[in-house]
Amino acid sequence: MWDKQIITMIVQGILETLYMTLGSTAIGYLLGLPLGIALAVTDKQGIKPNRLIYKILDVISNIIRSVPFLILLIVLIPFTRAIVGKSYGSTATIVPLVVAATPFIARMIESSLKEVDQGVIEAAQSMGASTFTIIVRVMLVEARTSILVGMTIAIGTILGYSAMAGIVGGGGLGDIAIRYGYHRYQTDIMIVTVVLLVILVQIFQSTGMLISKRLDRRKK
Amino acid sequence: MDEIIRIKNMSKVFQSSSGEFKALDDINLSIHQGDIYGIIGMSGAGKSTLVRCINFLERPTQGTVEVDGKDLSSLSNKELRATRKDIAMIFQQFNLLMQKNVIDNICFPLTIAGMKKKEARKKAYELLEVVGLTDKAKSYPVQLSGGQKQRVAIARALAAEPKILLCDEATSALDPQTTKSILALLKEINEKYGITIVIITHEMAVVQEICSHVAIIGGGKLVEQGEVFDIFSHPKSQEARELIIKKDEAGVSLKKQKEVKELVTKHCIRIVFTENSSFEPVIANMVIKYQAPVNILKADTKNVGGIAHGEMILGLPEDRQVAELMKEYLRSRGLEVEEVYDYVG
Repeated sequence: MWDKQIITMIVQGILETLYMTLGSTAIGYLLGLPLGIALAVTDKQGIKPNRLIYKILDVISNIIRSVPFLILLIVLIPFTRAIVGKSYGSTATIVPLVVAATPFIARMIESSLKEVDQGVIEAAQSMGASTFTIIVRVMLVEARTSILVGMTIAIGTILGYSAMAGIVGGGGLGDIAIRYGYHRYQTDIMIVTVVLLVILVQIFQSTGMLISKRLDRRKK
Repeated sequence: MDEIIRIKNMSKVFQSSSGEFKALDDINLSIHQGDIYGIIGMSGAGKSTLVRCINFLERPTQGTVEVDGKDLSSLSNKELRATRKDIAMIFQQFNLLMQKNVIDNICFPLTIAGMKKKEARKKAYELLEVVGLTDKAKSYPVQLSGGQKQRVAIARALAAEPKILLCDEATSALDPQTTKSILALLKEINEKYGITIVIITHEMAVVQEICSHVAIIGGGKLVEQGEVFDIFSHPKSQEARELIIKKDEAGVSLKKQKEVKELVTKHCIRIVFTENSSFEPVIANMVIKYQAPVNILKADTKNVGGIAHGEMILGLPEDRQVAELMKEYLRSRGLEVEEVYDYVG
């Protein structure tokens, strides 16, 4: 039963999972980073408080985050079809993954940026730094360790979501686990895919933590 | 000399959910170019808010702040940022970029002003020499002591060649020895570059050490201002008296405080010796003359603005008449005599 075909399928599944996870993380950060910055900056304690903008972003991100991913996946099918042209397969899965990940990432960025010492921001303001300069050269730099830790968590979460997408034929290891383990009772294949998923999460986790530790200058 | 900072009728009100809070109330203050100006007050007196109004990190609710002839409230955001480059600031908590090394911290104000990195580095190394830390160029702030961090912060503040340096409790997190060396560095900078320095502090010792002028702030109001020597020898306001008389007692143990308190008679005076009066054994002569003992509760000599200065707190005899005579006697010997009602050792 462990013939070439199955091995090829599993390798294919790993690649698809990586494609979905990293693809949605990349797009998620592309959208979530500016949103998170906007949240941190427009907050009451931020460097450019703006109640209206903060409230709008706050409500939107809370609404999306409170919808369970499985339901979001189904609700978004027409939207996904409009963008990708079909609603199954790994490329199509990236669409709901990005929708779910963006507010999550924005929140992570927001909390990382809020950890930056207010005094350092004040020092930059006293030197005549503009808001943009403070964001790019002070906040993002000082918060980089925390942002990387957040990214590690985000990748783990997105990888988990991507496996869920297997239910609607989303491709990747989760899809294999559901098709073989759940529909065909081939427990061995399911166990293998689950172990592979665990290993993938572990690899991302360790690498992320290692890099963030290396980059942190706050330790002697 | 020219007035570089002129604050007129300035007030600052903070709005909070529990109502209004008037942090600063009708402040009028002029600081001349080249001064080392101390602003002293107890915590919560409003001094940190006051210094933040000088570079508009806080916008005053009323009144004007003029720096180098420019009314800050009339400036656009861009002009204000440009003006801030002339007003450097150092802080109690140093506020260095923790993820950047020493040299990049000093380069920061230069590169945000658009200077090329190579040029900025060259200048940063020169400044590092001024503050005496050339060997720490590649260290990160976490590897430095408090005094070293403040030196880096001073170098960073000097980078943009400011006209004014604001020091917000800059030595309050440092031990006395380090405080002395940082104050010496500030004085050197003041003399070498002619930078006007404004020092916010709650420690009278800091003001005595380097300031030429001082303003005393209490409850959001400026209660007294003038030359340090004058205010030290004739403090008029309650706040000034508290700051001058109580300044050294923070470190005294509770037990000792209690012992001293028992010694304190109801009638205390503070006398200040100027140069001329230090030769005659005044107290001894007085005790012999009136045949009544006095308690010396505290005696100290201080160097205020380069002039030797003696200070004593005496507990006078219970006999009102003798006490009055003694005060007369001391005054006649050219001493500053002042009643102290609330002396707590």
